[in-house]
Amino acid sequence: MIKKIISIIIVLVLGSVVVFFVFKSEPKLNSNFETESSFFKNSPFRLGLDLSGGSHLIYKADVSGVKAGDITVSMDALRDVIERRVNLFGVSEPIVQVQNSGFVSGAEEKLIVDLPGVTDVEKATAMIGQTPLLEFKVEAPAGTPQKATVDKEGKVTLDAGPQFVSTELTGRYLQKASLEFDQTTREPRVSLQFDDTGTKLFAQITKENIGKMVAIYLDGAPISIPVVREEIPNGQAVISGSFTPTEGKLLVGRLNSGALPVPISLLSRQTIGATLGSDAVTAGVKAAIIGFLVVALFLILWYRLPGFMAVLALCIYITIMLTLFKLLPVTLTAAGIAGFIISIGIAVDANILIFERLKEELHSERTITDAVSAGFSRAWSSIRDSNTSTIISAIILFWFGTPLIKGFALTLGLGVLVSMFSAIMISRIFLSGLIFIGESKVARFLFSSGISK
Amino acid sequence: MFIIKNKKIFISISIVLVLLSIVLLFVFGLRIGIDFKGGALVEVVYKTNRPAQSDLDATFKALDFGSVLIQPTGELGYIVKSLDLDEIQHSLLLKTLSQDGKSSLEEKNFNSIGPSVGRELTRKAIIAIVLVSLAIILFIAFAFRKVSRPVSSWKYGLIAVVSLLHDVIIPIGLFTILSRFYGAEVDTLFVVAALTILGLSVSDTIVIFDRIRENLRNKTGDSFGDTVGKSLDQSYMRSIFTSLTVIIVLLSLFFFGPESTKYFALMLTAGMFFGTYSSIFLASPLLVLVEEWQEKKKK
Repeated sequence: MIKKIISIIIVLVLGSVVVFFVFKSEPKLNSNFETESSFFKNSPFRLGLDLSGGSHLIYKADVSGVKAGDITVSMDALRDVIERRVNLFGVSEPIVQVQNSGFVSGAEEKLIVDLPGVTDVEKATAMIGQTPLLEFKVEAPAGTPQKATVDKEGKVTLDAGPQFVSTELTGRYLQKASLEFDQTTREPRVSLQFDDTGTKLFAQITKENIGKMVAIYLDGAPISIPVVREEIPNGQAVISGSFTPTEGKLLVGRLNSGALPVPISLLSRQTIGATLGSDAVTAGVKAAIIGFLVVALFLILWYRLPGFMAVLALCIYITIMLTLFKLLPVTLTAAGIAGFIISIGIAVDANILIFERLKEELHSERTITDAVSAGFSRAWSSIRDSNTSTIISAIILFWFGTPLIKGFALTLGLGVLVSMFSAIMISRIFLSGLIFIGESKVARFLFSSGISK
Repeated sequence: MFIIKNKKIFISISIVLVLLSIVLLFVFGLRIGIDFKGGALVEVVYKTNRPAQSDLDATFKALDFGSVLIQPTGELGYIVKSLDLDEIQHSLLLKTLSQDGKSSLEEKNFNSIGPSVGRELTRKAIIAIVLVSLAIILFIAFAFRKVSRPVSSWKYGLIAVVSLLHDVIIPIGLFTILSRFYGAEVDTLFVVAALTILGLSVSDTIVIFDRIRENLRNKTGDSFGDTVGKSLDQSYMRSIFTSLTVIIVLLSLFFFGPESTKYFALMLTAGMFFGTYSSIFLASPLLVLVEEWQEKKKK
């Protein structure tokens, strides 16, 4: 008996922790949200583009000029170029993914770009369409004021920008880049070979800047700032810095294909206005709450005390799911919310199977204690089998894969798995703890269901 | 027992509904959405008042856009469907819709899908449908591998698949009506709905088959028909209730949920409803019918 009470307390405590987490990490529920620690602040619900508003772009990469073995490298390099480009424009949490060709996805290599909050599709495509830049900059003439900023916490940051001024030399004049290792230090470095024009420009730059720094900028950020020792007439430059061989290889891949590693063309564009998305969120939450309330009402009216316990278990189920959405994190789309709402309906199925079984066992003149444990163990095989088919569909749908479907399959599949735990473990713990109410007529009434007495 | 006695009536009802759905499918057909065939969809809302549709139609005719379909939506909005648009065509379209800036508008939704993306999705959808069906058939055969008398396990599987087809075909039949009269289109969610029905409705059939499996093991009932009848009596309530809770949340999703998942919820509701109907009034009676045929053959 004490064991049972302890398990109930453990479940309730764990349940409260989960509720507490969801509450704390949700700005709409927590009025002190701004003052919470970063752990809570950094766990928002992640909304898909259809709910947050934004642009979804699909590019086709033309890899016909790339050797079969190098396709993956070029595609990864392409992703990096685009990702940097998008980040440069200050889009929050962009998602850039490569979709390799294959049996399922078709013969084309694709790049999928999700830009939350960017609802001007022309601007979005324009900023991706521009080619990334490799620039060489030289020290600004002495006396140029340096820009220093002091932020709120009193930290002084020196803006390196004005320190360097642009030259004519850019990635346009790059002929070839390759990865090599320093003879003495064995450190990886990237060597650049310029074409004729580039060689002349580079020779001139190095000649004029002996003893000074030359900064190599990639996509607007300095990646290497070597000091020039002598004039370099052969058009060869070296970027050495603190990078690993892998990083070096990636950099080479990126530089070698000129600006963008492979030509890309736009296949499909989608933009969802922000109002449409927030309307969908409100509607989804409303549907979930109403659905939950009606199901809870039905459970309590029809299954009485066990029904009430099932509603408690369902509450715990819902908060566990919300926590998983935040922590995993799961990107929620309208279809994902639909999957979650459906999973609320499915989550109580196991309880219904158990309670119907419980009713039967009670009819065959068992004590409540026996009936409860028989109800749970005998309903198990049908619970397991009936949920398996849903999980199978969810797995295949997840694998099938567009983001819309993935969201749905993930919430539904996850829901079924978690609900098997909540409906069986949690409601069992609750119910077996309640057995102390004895075998009186009232107790039997409370454990019966439907219109029977 | 009532159901088993009148099994032929119930089986006939199902057959009629399925045939009706197939006829509807051929007569009305399904509108294929831009997800699969490619194309563009633009949804705009005007700030003050929207221009007359005929004016817009006329301007579009003058431009070289191919076929452009304009549908009013809400108080001040239009949904415009056309072939897929590139950047220049898209801004031209918006300019035309705003009548060169005279009627100011907000673009709420823009979607342009190239034909190759549509083809890819179609291929994925077909593969997924085949895989889900195969996996479920295998699963049923596996779940009922130990039940072989008097009806062998693969027949349980076959009957479950027959009722599965029934559960998917009838909602598709209903969807053709939505497609014909309300402009619903076959999109990704339609395929997801069909596949989810496959997963959900089979679980309902399994609940009843599971009871038959148990009763056969315990030798309840005099004949096979009797056993099935008893199993049905014992389990139809839970079969209805498990579906009922799912239908409750689906209806809530339909009435209160986001616009984009309305038809999805409706189709799933129909799938759940007919799924429950089929596991009680189709799958179990079919099981008895198969057993009776087997007996006749023996004699």
